[in-house]
Amino acid sequence: MPEIVLKGITNFICRDINLTVKDGELLVLLGPTGAGKTTLLNIIAGLINYEGNISFDGRSIDSLPARLRMVGVLFQNLALFPHLDVRSNIAYGLKIRGSPNGENNSRVNELLRLMNIGHLSHRYPKNLSGGEKQRVALARALAIFPKILLLDEPFSSLDFRTSRYLMMELRRVQKASNITTIYVTHNLLEAREMADRIGIIYDGRLEQIGPPQEVLFNPQNERVADFLGAPNVLDCEEYRVLREGLIEVNCGGMKIVASHEGGGVKKIIIFPTEIYVSDQKPPGPSLNRFRGIITEIIPSEFMTRFRIRVAENILLAELDKDMFSEMGLEVGSKVFLILKLKWIKII
Amino acid sequence: MTRLYCLKPKWSILPVIVFLGVWEGVSRSEFIPGHFFFPPFTVVIREFYHLTVSGVLIENFSSSLIRVLAGFTTGSISGIIMGVFMGYKEGINKTFHPIFSLLYPIPALGWLPVLMLWVGIGEILPIIIIFICSFFPVLYNTVTGIKTVDPNLINAARTLGASEKRILFTLALPLALPNIFTGLRLEAGMAWRVIIAAEMVAIPTGIGALLMKAESLIRIDIVIVCLMVLAVMCLSFERFFIFAEQKLTGKWR
Repeated sequence: MPEIVLKGITNFICRDINLTVKDGELLVLLGPTGAGKTTLLNIIAGLINYEGNISFDGRSIDSLPARLRMVGVLFQNLALFPHLDVRSNIAYGLKIRGSPNGENNSRVNELLRLMNIGHLSHRYPKNLSGGEKQRVALARALAIFPKILLLDEPFSSLDFRTSRYLMMELRRVQKASNITTIYVTHNLLEAREMADRIGIIYDGRLEQIGPPQEVLFNPQNERVADFLGAPNVLDCEEYRVLREGLIEVNCGGMKIVASHEGGGVKKIIIFPTEIYVSDQKPPGPSLNRFRGIITEIIPSEFMTRFRIRVAENILLAELDKDMFSEMGLEVGSKVFLILKLKWIKII
Repeated sequence: MTRLYCLKPKWSILPVIVFLGVWEGVSRSEFIPGHFFFPPFTVVIREFYHLTVSGVLIENFSSSLIRVLAGFTTGSISGIIMGVFMGYKEGINKTFHPIFSLLYPIPALGWLPVLMLWVGIGEILPIIIIFICSFFPVLYNTVTGIKTVDPNLINAARTLGASEKRILFTLALPLALPNIFTGLRLEAGMAWRVIIAAEMVAIPTGIGALLMKAESLIRIDIVIVCLMVLAVMCLSFERFFIFAEQKLTGKWR
């Protein structure tokens, strides 16, 4: 699968974007709504005009129309053809390209098996669930043996469990086919789960690109930091091993359980997005659960961020604006917190 | 459910039977003097039988049917072809839309005087009237159908390798079918209404002409026979297109 190189890509939204996506890599483009992520995908697919140069494996494709670029696209609204059943939707690109019927059938059968949708082959899109539609759309995009796969917020309309499951499935398919993939999302969690590298797009510019750990823990500028939310860094006073791979760390009066792969324990890092905040006591075991008082509310363009005093620490957390106002929280409100074990990083 | 579904058509006939019974009863009651102005249903049916056996009804009905089929078929096909081009190519739409916008509001029968002078009173006149009656509504419904195809679907087809021509025939046209059928369904009934009106005013043959002759002879029973034929044909044409639409688009809509 090819390496994609974008040089000086500019149009009415994108501004001088330079980017290289490596062979077989899954690059996640992360940014707020309206940042230009979808526009950049459409540019690569050849669906809108641009200035600059795009090449696949060193060959310029600027003069190629969308139909000749061999790019598989999974659109945000999936764009399944409503008048065709699942099998015909998947076979559409193959038929258009004039593949012989026998080859078409075997390719479609292979994809139906790969996506576990063989039982849906004669259903029409109106009779499919959200998750099933996602699979069909992905199978259709893969059917033409694309050189590159472009995914535009493919799981944004699905519930959490289904989207998590499909993310794992997509990663499996992407790795199996080793297809160079660009995945667009505004969801930090999705980006971390999926990415080989993350690129942050803001206001039409590529602000930062790198491996997830590097981008998330070392934001290059204020705009990236504001979008990602600066992490909470807590000094570790002492720790004890609970069992292999699990330690309990004392940080300013908070006893935090975290997974540990060996080495020193100096600080604990946790992102505001990974702190679950509730105005009511959550059910379940008391592991990594704390009580705190809101000390400051910081308005943000994307979320409502606020500081919470917990024992001797001040933690930064964030909530969706609507959810925050529904809870009626204000400075001085008592809240309950859960630190999500998986996303506690020890350094 | 299945049993109820099977019974449904029979139940829908019941109000019609009641209506015909009331008609028969009222027209035979002493409140209505004579049968000239309000003949009973059975008298109308008897006249229908006589007109059919004598060949008068079949001859006039055939004339009207041929005119409707010729005018409606050519008008609809032209409307669909023009609508597809106007819907898919903005340049063609911009060129023709202003002209058609001026012509569309003119009622089909409004063309009758000028067409009588241009083409004379013959077989071609009612066919052109029906052509005009069918062309514009089918055209505008087709344009709407093509224009409202989700641009994301068109982009998806492009990335899958489809040329503009293939997109038109494999995507835009099938997805515009519901709108096209709406136009066809409405105009199929309208074509019959217009042909009857045209024959009543200017054409010496056909169901409309028979109706006018019956009126001048004060044969209300024949007038009602003609109106019943008109009603059945309007209904049949509309039902045909509902059936065809269901067959072609029912699975995916």
